[in-house]
Amino acid sequence: MDFELTQSQKLFQQMIRDFAEKEVKPIAAEVDEKEEFPKENVKKLAKLGVLGIPTPKEYGGAGGDHVMYTIAVEELSRVCATTGVIVSAHTSLCEDAILDNGTEEQKQKYLPKLASGEWIGAFGLTEPNAGTDASAQQTTAVEDGDDYILNGTKIFITNAGEADVYVIAAMTDKSKGNKGITTFIVEASTKGFSIGKKEHKMGIRGSATCELIFENCRVPKTNMLGPLGGGFAVAMKTLDGGRIGIAAQALGIAQGAMDETVKYCKERKQFGRSLAQFQNTQFQLADLQTKIEASRYLVRAAAWKKDQGLPFSTDAAMAKLFAAETAMEMTTKAVQFHGGYGYTREYPVERMMRDAKITEIYEGTSEVQRMVIAGKLFKK
Amino acid sequence: MNIIVCVKQVPDTTVVKIDPVKNTLIREGVPSIMNPDDKGGLELALQLKEKCGANVTVITMGPPQADLVLREAFAMGADRAILLTDRAFAGADTLATSNALAGALKVLDYDLVITGRQAIDGDTAQVGPEMAQHLGLPQVSYVVDCQYNDANKFTVKKETEDGYEILEVEGPALFTVLASGYKARYMNVGLIVEAFNKEVEIWPASKLDIDPNKLGLKGSPTKVKKAFTKATKAAGQVYELDPEQAVDVIISKLQEKFII
Amino acid sequence: MNKADYKDVYVFVEQRDGQIQSVALELLGKARVLADSLGEKVVAFYPGYKNTESAKELIAWGADKVIVMDAPELKDYLTEQYSQAISQAIDKYKPSIVLLGATTIGRDLGPRLASIVETGLTADCTSLDISEERELMMTRPAFGGNLMATIMCTDHRPQMSTVRPGVMQKGVKDDSRKGEIENFAPTFDSSKFKVKLIKSVKENRGKIDITEAKVLVSGGRGVGNKEGFEKLNSLAKVIGAQVSSSRAMVDAGVMPHEVQVGQTGKTVRPFLYLACGISGAIQHLAGMEESDFIIAINKDKFAPIFGVADVGIVGDVHKIVPLLTEKLSKMVEKK
Repeated sequence: MDFELTQSQKLFQQMIRDFAEKEVKPIAAEVDEKEEFPKENVKKLAKLGVLGIPTPKEYGGAGGDHVMYTIAVEELSRVCATTGVIVSAHTSLCEDAILDNGTEEQKQKYLPKLASGEWIGAFGLTEPNAGTDASAQQTTAVEDGDDYILNGTKIFITNAGEADVYVIAAMTDKSKGNKGITTFIVEASTKGFSIGKKEHKMGIRGSATCELIFENCRVPKTNMLGPLGGGFAVAMKTLDGGRIGIAAQALGIAQGAMDETVKYCKERKQFGRSLAQFQNTQFQLADLQTKIEASRYLVRAAAWKKDQGLPFSTDAAMAKLFAAETAMEMTTKAVQFHGGYGYTREYPVERMMRDAKITEIYEGTSEVQRMVIAGKLFKK
Repeated sequence: MNIIVCVKQVPDTTVVKIDPVKNTLIREGVPSIMNPDDKGGLELALQLKEKCGANVTVITMGPPQADLVLREAFAMGADRAILLTDRAFAGADTLATSNALAGALKVLDYDLVITGRQAIDGDTAQVGPEMAQHLGLPQVSYVVDCQYNDANKFTVKKETEDGYEILEVEGPALFTVLASGYKARYMNVGLIVEAFNKEVEIWPASKLDIDPNKLGLKGSPTKVKKAFTKATKAAGQVYELDPEQAVDVIISKLQEKFII
Repeated sequence: MNKADYKDVYVFVEQRDGQIQSVALELLGKARVLADSLGEKVVAFYPGYKNTESAKELIAWGADKVIVMDAPELKDYLTEQYSQAISQAIDKYKPSIVLLGATTIGRDLGPRLASIVETGLTADCTSLDISEERELMMTRPAFGGNLMATIMCTDHRPQMSTVRPGVMQKGVKDDSRKGEIENFAPTFDSSKFKVKLIKSVKENRGKIDITEAKVLVSGGRGVGNKEGFEKLNSLAKVIGAQVSSSRAMVDAGVMPHEVQVGQTGKTVRPFLYLACGISGAIQHLAGMEESDFIIAINKDKFAPIFGVADVGIVGDVHKIVPLLTEKLSKMVEKK
């Protein structure tokens, strides 16, 4: 049993924290305000290898692990949740999906470009009528010679429009329900594929969230990811991994809000004392930091289990559920501690509060996480 | 081209605090970092490596924990790392430090030696030029830009108080670099993963080409007689005076603080 | 080495384009004080080209003797040429103390010389004194200014130190002072001249970086408008400061964002922060309370800025600042 980060994980944390402070934090408010995808910073992260952390060296990745990857998402989200989710969706939902399910040819073709950040990745499962009930897929894929022809729409897709490669779930055989879903790798340049409307969101406003439209979009059979009819399993497994990333994002947001609150409470004086000197402040923040630390252990344990090849699905669900609800609680309290200033855009805590909300919703709502956890409880 | 970069592990002095009761430095919890100017120097070396091909060796003198800055150097792209660590080096002032480093360099091959301008814990800016003298090398300090020309010649830009100088230097030479001239790259994730699998060579004093009497406390002409913190801030005083008197108060305070 | 062979306080006189630099005169002022307490002489090392004529200036500023090194090799500062010349002079004249300015020249030359003559060098001193044992006590800041250290060099000669410009007081110039001028011709080994000066460029640093400033004159709502800031500019010019601003004046378009101090601006830590008409909203305090010394001028005696100020003046900046500027500029002229 070892709760310490390894030496390389620590060195990595030093680097990514430095990067977050110097490159990401200064533009976080602007990225939010202008709803602007932080292209330049994504390029810089790519150059450093942050877009391919757990991908093995043989596929052009950094050869790191998922614990490192959660550190990256945490530290970036601590100052800018938008940047955190871009890395998370790219790595967990696209790169890992191909690494875990792809053929050798698919890995050779896509991973080096994704790991180097030359290509950005995304993942499409959600549809207007298939949210929490992902099995109700209406996008279809019909076999035609050496290809499948995709028709339908996906919504709320993170990195859409910025991405070059999409992992897409589609119904290949409606009669089989879940077992009739198959996943495909779709390149953005494919004919019949287009980006629909862009969402205007409450939080993570710099991240691109759009609709994907498939109109007779022809995808070669060689781009089928996983077996025919195995798409639901691929998607669920991919989301398990994704939840670790989102849990790390929530953790980062919570810690960032805590950092801001501690700083503010030391400076702000009312009734002749700093806020930090009031026991009410101390006790509330002590409780919250305990929850943040508990989130951190859950996140890292889930990532560690994934790295060890152990089952981690419930761990990921617990990590995401707890970290997301902690982020929401922490950021709401952070605004409260900041009082009127907290409600203005002069301080970053209102942005953090808006950003935190999505972590309770995407890649499985908190209710879905409870379903996963309860499912495991009552299975025996 | 063989480039040697000398780096130092320093406490991050921007977060050093004074214990208000004991009036001493609180070193606990102060992170150790690679000295910023040295990091700029390493950046210059790595840029030269990318442009004209070079083997970059980093060298530091310090306790065993200084290993960490060498790992960081690996993660930035250095090829080889040497840690000079020995009790004989303890208590060294700048002259003794420069003797130790020069003693190590004498057993290495190099075409260019790079140091930071100065370390943030001492701010002396002396070790680089002192080494250059020991090694009989030409030096340029305060370098903010450096281009390698053919035939072992460098064109460097040196920052001065009121502008800059362009100098042409025949190598081998020693440059001391400003962090402001070379914004250091971040560590690369792939190299971070490998950094702890590489070898950091540990060199004791016996491996150096130097008279042992010139090392450590024995080889240090300067001695610190007294270290003290500046007087702690007394509670501020607020004056309600007419403008004429107020100005006199301000001026006397400025004089007290040697600001004028 | 026999310590008794070494005596007198020497100053390395820095010239640029034939102009004797102010720091050299400050060092002569300090050397005079040190030499008087030792009962020794003040001697100037004065390297340059066609500089013999101006050597008597140095006597007027307090030197008892000037050793002029007049050679084409010494026209512009170059490390090798200068270290050969000065190290030969040290060998010949055996100074007890050598002071250099902590400039880009002094800090380049000093360690080179210390290495040649194998002695100690203390950088960037802010105070110099003579101990009861007649040794030089050199005090300097360390750890980013968090700590002061007094350093001595008792077993080696000369005792060498670089001194920050602007720290020491010049003496009073006296053109009637008498002194000796001696020429010293160093022998140069030109085979070691490996650095060529291609060009030297003077430039005005256009970019303002208030985080680098040692002294900041900062204005807030109480300064009011551009005309108000002109008053701060005049003061800043006299004391070699830069002008910064609170957020209110940036939002009002009076000052550019790059000089804004505070939460949404920059964090500064100068030696002196002179807050003029700044009330001290928490966002502002966050950006400047680490300053070494804070003087605040504000009309409202309950302004929060007085909570962090070392010296608080309750009053009108529009009256106090011009008056302060006037008095200070008179003092500077006298210097």
